[in-house]
Amino acid sequence: MSILDDTAVELSEKIKKGEIKVREAVEAVFAVIDQKEALLNCYVTLEKEKALKRAEEVQAGIDAGELTGPLAGVPFAIKDNLCTEGTLTTCSSKILENFVPTYSAEAVINLEKAGAVIIGKTNMDEFAMGSTTETSYYGVTRNPRNTDHVPGGSSGGSAAAVAAGECFAALGSDTGGSIRQPASYCGVVGMKPTYGTVSRYGLIAYGSSLDQIGPLTKDVRDLATVLETIASYDAKDSTSMKRDTDFTSALVEDVAGMRIGIPRDYFGEGLDPEVKQAVLSAAEVLKAKGAVVEEFDLSLVEYAIPTYYTIAAAEASSNLERFDGVKYGYRTKGVEDLHAMYKKTRSEGFGPEVKRRIMLGSFVLSSGYYDAYYLKALRVKALIKKAFDDAFSKYDMILGPVAPTTAPKLGESLSDPLKMYLGDIYTISVNLAGLPALSVPCGVDQKGLPIGVQLIGDCFQEKKLIRAAYTYECAVKGD
Amino acid sequence: MGKQYETVIGLEVHIELATKTKIFCGCSTAFGGAPNTHTCPVCTGMPGSLPVLNKQVVEYAVGVGLATNCSITQYCKFDRKNYFYPDNPQNYQISQLYLPVCHDGYVEIETEGGVRKVGIHEIHMEEDAGKLIHDDWEDCSLVDYNRSGVPLIEIVSEPDMRSAEEVIAYLEKLRMIVQYLGASDCKLQEGSMRADVNLSVREAGSEKLGTRTEMKNLNSFRAIARAIEGERERQIELLEAGKDVLQETRRWDDAKECSYPMRSKEDAQDYRYFPDPDLVPVYISEEWLEQIKASQPEFRTEKMKRYKEEYDIPDYDIEIITGSKRMADLFEETTALCGQPKKVSNWLMVETLRLLKENGLEPQDIGFSAQHLAALITLVDRKVINSSVAKEVFEVMSREDVDPVKYVEEKGLKTVNDEGALKKTIEEILAANPQSVEDYRNGKEKAIGFLVGQTMKAMKGKADPAGVNALLREALSK
Amino acid sequence: MANIIDDATIEYVGILAKLSLSEEEKEQAKKDMGSMLDYIDKLNELDTAGTEPMSHIFPVQNVFREDVVTNGDDSEKMLKNAPEEKDNMFVVPKTVE
Repeated sequence: MSILDDTAVELSEKIKKGEIKVREAVEAVFAVIDQKEALLNCYVTLEKEKALKRAEEVQAGIDAGELTGPLAGVPFAIKDNLCTEGTLTTCSSKILENFVPTYSAEAVINLEKAGAVIIGKTNMDEFAMGSTTETSYYGVTRNPRNTDHVPGGSSGGSAAAVAAGECFAALGSDTGGSIRQPASYCGVVGMKPTYGTVSRYGLIAYGSSLDQIGPLTKDVRDLATVLETIASYDAKDSTSMKRDTDFTSALVEDVAGMRIGIPRDYFGEGLDPEVKQAVLSAAEVLKAKGAVVEEFDLSLVEYAIPTYYTIAAAEASSNLERFDGVKYGYRTKGVEDLHAMYKKTRSEGFGPEVKRRIMLGSFVLSSGYYDAYYLKALRVKALIKKAFDDAFSKYDMILGPVAPTTAPKLGESLSDPLKMYLGDIYTISVNLAGLPALSVPCGVDQKGLPIGVQLIGDCFQEKKLIRAAYTYECAVKGD
Repeated sequence: MGKQYETVIGLEVHIELATKTKIFCGCSTAFGGAPNTHTCPVCTGMPGSLPVLNKQVVEYAVGVGLATNCSITQYCKFDRKNYFYPDNPQNYQISQLYLPVCHDGYVEIETEGGVRKVGIHEIHMEEDAGKLIHDDWEDCSLVDYNRSGVPLIEIVSEPDMRSAEEVIAYLEKLRMIVQYLGASDCKLQEGSMRADVNLSVREAGSEKLGTRTEMKNLNSFRAIARAIEGERERQIELLEAGKDVLQETRRWDDAKECSYPMRSKEDAQDYRYFPDPDLVPVYISEEWLEQIKASQPEFRTEKMKRYKEEYDIPDYDIEIITGSKRMADLFEETTALCGQPKKVSNWLMVETLRLLKENGLEPQDIGFSAQHLAALITLVDRKVINSSVAKEVFEVMSREDVDPVKYVEEKGLKTVNDEGALKKTIEEILAANPQSVEDYRNGKEKAIGFLVGQTMKAMKGKADPAGVNALLREALSK
Repeated sequence: MANIIDDATIEYVGILAKLSLSEEEKEQAKKDMGSMLDYIDKLNELDTAGTEPMSHIFPVQNVFREDVVTNGDDSEKMLKNAPEEKDNMFVVPKTVE
């Protein structure tokens, strides 16, 4: 059995026992990369030399007994919207084609402190705007499970890299489903934590009130371990929360008495029957393990997408103003007028989807429309939050699909943006309400494409989700 | 006869707060650093950086609000004001639109027309922009972000002023209040206090406000007065010619004494304000508000009253000294050290004001410390130096804040108390000036003055003139 | 389509967003924005009178820094990615005064 079959936590245990060197783990991953990357294109940037050098440092730390944590020596991939000191960070955009941050995201610092070895930066939809990783300036990423299909997005590169064995675990970001949906499409585990759990410092913002960093991993134990490592209260992020972070304590095989609600609204028109079947079977597994499963009406589901696109586009239009060719990144040549320089730089530097959202966002905030669109969306957001509050007064968690279908074919989605946005229907309200949610594999369709089941918890109830996902995973493995 | 017009003026006053660090990051606000040496990812708008609010900014803003009779918005928020300009690194400025920290206050101003109230519409907190330097050689501009993120409060008045005189009285009143609070040094020339003038004219007696313009780039009280006069005339001319006043922002050119419209087609002036999702609301509890109230300093009126009770100095001196927080602080500290309020007041009222005036400085530019002024007063009291030497030392102290005790020692300026040496000098002087000796003996009192002067000169000023006078009379009476 | 986005609106939004679109992009943008706004108009089906707009999910307040200098001279790092630099400053096209 190859070490590539190990999970991150298993690998680190072997390294700490001296069965394998950090360098060998890194080399093993790069061997896979050499073999698959040309086709898959999971990464925008690979840092082989740095990773090998870092492997030696980490090895020395482990040998000296300084690095004892569960992720010491594990090769990691980082989504390319997380700043990494000294390593190109592009957001998969031309406008940041040459941006090398002089600081690292807090989540990355936390991982490095734990002895992780960062091997590269993963491809994504440009500025995390998209659901397929096809809007990247650096080419599409292919789904390792079927390379004619997309890996999902926007954290498609991270999900594909984990699924392909091009790393042991990865970080992604989730603004409207960008971790959970690619995890589902690629057959890995992914989680969006409660808003404020992982510091956003160093995450290049898309929708600041919705963005959260989270893990994409091979199994639930890795998920809990990575989350425990990256979660921290950070004084540099005003929205960071002081909270419990002992997520691995929830790796318990027990869901007896757990109340699970299945929203009828998530199983209506538009849901692929194969996905529906797989998700409902997952619920049956948990029920068999002692959970109390019942259907209910969540309400307002169809309003989440327009609410989300109003808020996210508005925030994005402002967040992306800083990309102007003055301080960093791409600047157009040969323009002498300031405003012409801004316009040309930005028009050449941003792709169509990013421009579309910036235009929409600028419009909904503009004079005369702010109340009708932006404030209205913030009011509906309050209603959506209330609907979840009501649900969590009855249930420990909500179970449903991650996406209406399995991964679509490359090139099928971008032609109709609105249709693509509709694919986010089950993931998006979670971000609006700041909730934690994870995706765990629950089968494949006839084409062999993975299906994920989504567990949504109340704020700060990650441990319930981890317990249920772990119980499910153990039960399925046992089959 | 032509129509009579009334000028209606409202002010937007920006004041840089005297915090040690910027509003949203731990960079220094100190003046004068080399370009971009006081910057970090937050105040240069680097991707992924996030703002965290400086608590002192809220306390200063609330302090100013309380001192200007404002209501405090206990639950206030920050909003983003979106516009592209290179001095604004994020291309949005973090400011307050929907819930500014203070609102609905007033200050009282006194002009020849009497005492009246100027309403304050609101006070909000925001970040300052960086500095643009124009490079004529290369035909480009250069950006320095050292000032980017320095905390500002913007005090927006009601359109309650009618003349340049009232505007200046209002600005002086605000400046004094803010200086008393220690919230800013409020220097117009250095830009730590900036005023934008909103002005419209209307026919006398009309209730309806005319179309207003906003005037920027006013760097002195004189420029403000001239800009108001210039803009009033420009608008009246337009109206008289049957034309409309355009609502626009204009830049005052003080050298040319005229103003120009500032905006181009690319400035839509649609700032798309929305609550900044990166910052959480500020809640100013009753308890916190009470703490800020309790730590408000003694303001001028109270101070004047107390001075009258505590110190035996003239009312005029009290008026001048309390007119500036820096003077009042110096007066109190120095008096506490040397126990001689009258002498301290004298030094401030005569020598200090003279030097400030000669050098075109403001009281906050005073260069000496209370410790050193007290030491100087003590040196004179103990007759270690005489008063003319003291004035010399004071001038040096004002420039370099030297320790007068050390300075007098090092420069050998002490009054000579060696009677033998003095007597010897006097003998020499008398021998060298027989005519004066004779004049004196013939009853010409004046001659003694000349002899004192000669002796002081021979002693290089380091003698006590009264002692010299006595010894001379003694010698002459022999 | 209920929301018709005209050329003037696209032009105006382009000024706000600092984007210049080709004729083809403009036509596409008019269509896209119109259909998105139609979709967003769905929110008007909901009665939100009496519901406060929700910016932040958690009622967290008063997150402050103390007024202490923590940063030194980092100008080299801040200028490292500058497209154009001169005399330790960022170079931009001449701003008109």
